[in-house]
Amino acid sequence: MMEFFANHGNELLFKTWEHIFISVTAILLGVIVAVPLGVLLSRAAPKFSDRFITLVGVLQTIPSLAILAFFIPIFGVGKFPAIVALFFYSLLPILRNTYVGIRDADRAVIEAGKGMGMTTWQSIVKIELPLALPVIMAGIRLSTVYLIGWATLAAFVGGGGLGDFIFDGLNLYRPDLILAGTIPATILAILADRLLALLEYAWTPKGLRESYKKAT
Amino acid sequence: MLEFKNVTKRYGNAGRPAVNNLNLKIEKGEFVCFIGPSGCGKTTTMKMINRLIDITEGEILLNGKDITKQDPVQLRRSIGYVIQQIGLMPHMTIKENIVLVGTLLKWSQEKKDARAKELIKMVGLPEEYLEKYPHELSGGQQQRIGVLRALAANPPLILMDEPFGALDPITRDSLQDEIKKLQRDLGITIVFVTHDMDEALKLADRIVIMREGEVVQVGTPEEILRNPANEFVEEFLGKERLIQGRPDVVTVGQITGGTPVTISPQDSLKTALMVMRDKKVDSLLVVDTDNVLQGYIDIEMVNVSHKTAETVEEAMEKEVFAVTEDSLLRDTVHKILRRGFKYVPVIDCDGRLTGIVTRAALANLLYDTIWGDGMEFEESDSGSQEQ
Repeated sequence: MMEFFANHGNELLFKTWEHIFISVTAILLGVIVAVPLGVLLSRAAPKFSDRFITLVGVLQTIPSLAILAFFIPIFGVGKFPAIVALFFYSLLPILRNTYVGIRDADRAVIEAGKGMGMTTWQSIVKIELPLALPVIMAGIRLSTVYLIGWATLAAFVGGGGLGDFIFDGLNLYRPDLILAGTIPATILAILADRLLALLEYAWTPKGLRESYKKAT
Repeated sequence: MLEFKNVTKRYGNAGRPAVNNLNLKIEKGEFVCFIGPSGCGKTTTMKMINRLIDITEGEILLNGKDITKQDPVQLRRSIGYVIQQIGLMPHMTIKENIVLVGTLLKWSQEKKDARAKELIKMVGLPEEYLEKYPHELSGGQQQRIGVLRALAANPPLILMDEPFGALDPITRDSLQDEIKKLQRDLGITIVFVTHDMDEALKLADRIVIMREGEVVQVGTPEEILRNPANEFVEEFLGKERLIQGRPDVVTVGQITGGTPVTISPQDSLKTALMVMRDKKVDSLLVVDTDNVLQGYIDIEMVNVSHKTAETVEEAMEKEVFAVTEDSLLRDTVHKILRRGFKYVPVIDCDGRLTGIVTRAALANLLYDTIWGDGMEFEESDSGSQEQ
């Protein structure tokens, strides 16, 4: 154990950093694209929105290895194609939860806001997003946990990250290397989930927090 | 203040319009209730005013200006809006909720704080409530906040869509009283949608009865109860209400009778005794030269204070229970009876004595009502007899 850290300690730190970088970039891009898209979908015809989400769902079912392989001719190798591929995977949970969260937000509150003279933008920022926040955050947490797991595949296209250990371990028959990639990835996923849970709590408006508590 | 001109609303290609060729003028300071069975177009009509629903044909003028020519967002900020589901923002404090329109209009924080405090006092809730969240309040309290939110920016017009429909009867009753008082005190115009006839009769200055997108009858509660336009209105009112309705709409002025025996405050107690003896009464109403009611004096009081007092003014009782002539009898009869007086002075809006209501007059009215029960509608033609 100590020997492993002595030989691979620096490498482990570096790979972990790479891993975090790839996942976080992908998830941030996912949030930046999927949340506004979800808001837009909540304003489109429900039929269209449902189909659109199904379509994104189909994309999700393409095996990740295959997607990475497809991206090599387009984006080459390295971190960039890895991030793009992971970004696609992050979309669905965030998009669907944003859409559902806003669609299921209390209509009476939104109508009252509109009747008071809120612009569409004010309604989204001041009412709909705060009300949908817990649902949206659930989507982001789900995406993040998945992405941290899938980011090990980045190694497949030369993107680096903890996946390097796993692939090396597979090639060299070295279970210790496989574990060295798997365990930190798992820990990362758990930590990220807890961190986001704290963020969710901090961001949920006080009035909502209490009324949810009351409801459960 | 608000005028509908040939307003029609059609949804999609539906054959029957939701609202058909509506013409109506609402004056400033009026409390107008739209009432009708569900699907009659009353809510649609209301929502066309603040453009939550677009008009298909015709126009709505607000203070002479066509509302479709105004920016809908600005328009809505200048019209109060209260809905049945209350719709308070659960993530905002009561204060933030109350001054929501102020926030949209970019008021300063001080102005918002001051306005919130001023408003919450009007409905008798403590200021601490401003920092609470909606879920900590009862339904009735929440709707009070909903009403305050609509009042925050002093809109001359408020739209209310069955605002008290989801509340229990006792809460509803007190909120109705409060809103009527607020409306009178502030002189605002209210357009109120309801399906509850009692509510409409209680609150409205004018009632607009609708059916299938058309206006069936417009009139004051009294007019509608006395002369229902057709069978639909009669049925909607219900026979019971039509019968009960007659004494319901009788004002105190209509049963006021007799010439009250009066005396001036400057007269001496001796004069008072003589008047009592001459007119064979045991009490006198004291009025000044303008006939404004000052108090009353009875034989007991003269007895007690004839040694210490000389004039009527010194001996009379100034706290006198009186009713105004335009108040509805149904609201006052209970008070009159409970006091146990033989008669109650009736005053006009300036406090001038116009007559008295005697217990005998009440008994007559009661008799008429019971007797009228068997006669049903024939009675409504000869309704003037009862006075």
